[in-house]
Amino acid sequence: MLQVDISDALSERDKVKFTVHTKSTLPNFKQNEFSVVRQHEEFIWLHDSFVENEEYAGYIIPPAPPRPDFDASREKLQKLGEGEGSMTKEEFTKMKQELEAEYLAIFKKTVAMHEVFLCRVAAHPVLRKDLNFHVFLEYNQDLSVRGKNKKEKLEDFFKNVVKSADGVLVAGVKDVDDFFEHEKTFLLEYHNRVKDASAKSDRMIRSHKSKICFKFEPFFLKVSELFEKTRKIEARIAADEDLKLADLLKYYLRESQAAKDLLYRRSRALVDYENANKALDKARAKNRDVLQAETSQQLCCHKFEKISESAKQELIDFKTRRVAAFRKNLVELAELELKHAKGNLQLLQGCLGILKGNT
Amino acid sequence: MFHFHAQNLFQLEEEEEEEEEDKFDIFVSVKDPEKIGETTLPMFRNKTFTVRRRFSDFLGLYEKLSEKHGPNGFIVPPPPEKSLLGMTKVKVGKEDSSSTDFVERRRGALERYLQRVVNHPSLLQDPDVREFLEREELPRAVSTQALSGAGFLKMINKATDAVSKMTIKMNESDVWFEEKLQEVESADQQFRKLHALVESLVVHRKELSLNTASFAKSAAMLGSAEDNTALSRALSQLAEVEDKMEQLHQEQAANDTFTFAEMIADYIRLLGAVRGSFDHRMKAWQRWQDAQSMLQKKRETEAKLLWANKPDKLQLAKEEIAEWEAKVTQYERDFERVSATVRKEVIRFEREKTKNCKRQIIKYLECLLQSQQQLIKYWEAFLPEAKAIA
Repeated sequence: MLQVDISDALSERDKVKFTVHTKSTLPNFKQNEFSVVRQHEEFIWLHDSFVENEEYAGYIIPPAPPRPDFDASREKLQKLGEGEGSMTKEEFTKMKQELEAEYLAIFKKTVAMHEVFLCRVAAHPVLRKDLNFHVFLEYNQDLSVRGKNKKEKLEDFFKNVVKSADGVLVAGVKDVDDFFEHEKTFLLEYHNRVKDASAKSDRMIRSHKSKICFKFEPFFLKVSELFEKTRKIEARIAADEDLKLADLLKYYLRESQAAKDLLYRRSRALVDYENANKALDKARAKNRDVLQAETSQQLCCHKFEKISESAKQELIDFKTRRVAAFRKNLVELAELELKHAKGNLQLLQGCLGILKGNT
Repeated sequence: MFHFHAQNLFQLEEEEEEEEEDKFDIFVSVKDPEKIGETTLPMFRNKTFTVRRRFSDFLGLYEKLSEKHGPNGFIVPPPPEKSLLGMTKVKVGKEDSSSTDFVERRRGALERYLQRVVNHPSLLQDPDVREFLEREELPRAVSTQALSGAGFLKMINKATDAVSKMTIKMNESDVWFEEKLQEVESADQQFRKLHALVESLVVHRKELSLNTASFAKSAAMLGSAEDNTALSRALSQLAEVEDKMEQLHQEQAANDTFTFAEMIADYIRLLGAVRGSFDHRMKAWQRWQDAQSMLQKKRETEAKLLWANKPDKLQLAKEEIAEWEAKVTQYERDFERVSATVRKEVIRFEREKTKNCKRQIIKYLECLLQSQQQLIKYWEAFLPEAKAIA
C-alpha cells in the first residue's frame, strides 16, 4: 500500500513549499507514515529522471505539474494597493477580497496539480517502485536539485528538435496521432478562448455592478442588488467552467503529450530495430562482425518488443482514464451550469416579483 | 391615445456632398386606436395616416417647439442627436452589425421622441406637431446644423453653467426648486455612469459570444477526432450547447442595448431638457429683476429732475416710470407663471419617468429570465449525454 498526498502548502515570496505526506506499508521505507517538504523544482527533477530512464521507455510518464504562477495575481494585488487612494473604502475592500480569492484559487489549483502527479506515480505498478521516487518521498533534507543550467536547457532543446525531426520520419499510430493533433490544436485555441471568456465574463460581471442609489428611483436599488448577486453567480460559473473544462483539457493536453512521447520512443526503437536488421544483413553478406551485429539486433528487437508490449497496455489505460475523467468533468460541468442558471433564475424571478408588486 | 410604429427603410442616396443633414427615410405610421365609448381626437383628419419624414425634420420640429414653449417653462422632449460617425458608416454601406445597430437605435429613439411629444397634453395642441404628423411634404428645416450631438450638448451645458451662476444670486424663496435642481443634476451624473457601464457590458457580451462560438467549433473538432463513440457524441453535443449559448449571448447583448442602454440615453437627454426648463425660469426671474432695477433707475432720474426743476423732461420720466412699473408687474406675473409650469412639468416628468423606467426594467429583466430558462433547457438536454459516456 502506498498513499501519497500534499497535506499542506506554503506560499512564500517567489516559491511554494509543498508538504508531501506518505502512508505506506512497503518495507522500503523506514517508517509507515512521514512527511517532507518539497519545492516545484524537485518535482521536475523527479519527472525528468523518469523520462531519462531507459527502463521506463515503454510507459506513459505522468506529465510534470506546471510551474506555480502567481505573477499575474500578484501584479493585480500590487496595482490595487497603488490605486487604494483613488477608490472608496468599500470598493477597495471588495476588490481586495476578490483578488485574494483569485490568489487562493490559483494556489489551490497548483497544489492539486502537484498532488495529481504524485498520485499517478504512486498508482503506476512500475513507477511506484522507482528509487528516486522513494528518495523524493522520504529524504527529509533538500534534494539540492538546481534548475537546469543553460547548457542543460540547450541540450534539452536539441533533443526536442531531433525528436520532432524524427517524428516526421516515423509515422506512428495514425489514428491516435490524429487525435492528439486535434487535441493539441483544440487545446491551444480553447485554452485561450476559455481564459479569455472567463476573464471577459468576469469583467462583464464587474461592469454589471452599478452601485447606483437613486433618490428618484428606489426600485433601482433593488435592481442593482440583483445585479450584485447575479454577478457573484456569473463569477462562480466562470470559475467552475475553468475548473471543469479548461483544467481538464489542459491536463489531458499534457498527458497526451506524454503518450505521444511514448509512441515516439516506440517508433525510435522500431527504426533502431530495422536499422539493426539491415546492418545484420550487410554483415552476413560481407561475413564480417556478424556476431556483433547479431547481438545488436537482438538487443534492439528485445527493446522494441518490450516497449510495444507495455505501450499497448499503457495506451489502453490512458484511454480509459481519459474517457472516465471527461465523463466525470462534463457531468459535473453540466450540473454546475444548471445549478447556477437556476440560481440566476430565482434571483430574477424574485426581483421581478418585487418590481411588479410595487406600484 | 396614440401609438407609434416606425419602420426602417434607409436608402443610400448619392447626392450627399452638399448635405450635412442625413437622408434618412423613416416611415412613421400613426395609428389611432378607438377607445370604446370615446371619440377619436377631432383635430386629425384621418384615423390612420402615414408620412415620410427626414431626420432633419425631427430636429426642425424640436427647434420650433423649444422656441415656442421652452421659455414658458415646458419641458420639451429632445430628439436623438446627429451622429456624423454613425451616418457616415451607414452611407458608406458598411454592412456590419454596428450600422444596423445604429439604424435601429435611431429609429427607436425617434419613435420614443415622437411618442413623448404627443403624450404631452399641451404640446399635442401645437399646430406644428399636427403639421408634422399630417402634412404630406414638409419644407426643409434649415437651421438644424446647430443640433449636432456635440452642439446640442454644448448648448445644454452652457445653459446649466449660467443657471448655476445665477442660482447663487437668486434669492430662492421656494426651496423646492433648489432641491429639485440638485436631484436632477445628481441623477444626470448617475445615469451617465450607468450608461457607460451598460455600453461596456454590451461590448463584453459580444466578445463572450465570439469566444463561445470559436470554442463551439473547437469542441466539435475534438468530438470528431475522439474515437470513443459515446464521448465523441457528448463532445459534439457540448459543441451544440455552446453554439446555442452564443446565440443567447448575442440576443442578450441586443436586449442590453435596446431595452436598457437606450432608455438610459433617453433619460440623459431628457434630464438636459429639464435643466433647460430651470434655466428658462431663471431667465424669467432675471428679466423681472432687471426690470425692477430699471424701474429704480427711472425713479432716481425722476427725483433728480424734480430737484433740477425741468418740467418737460419730468413728464417723459413719469411716462417711463409708468412703462416700467407695468413691465415689472408683467414680468413678475410671467415669472410666477413659468415657475408654476416648471413645477407642474417636473412633477409630471418624474411620474412619467418612474412609470417608464420601471416598465423598461421589467421588460429587460423578463428577457434575462427567458435567457436563463433557455440555458437551463440546453444544459438539461446535455446532461444525459454526458452521463451516457462509458
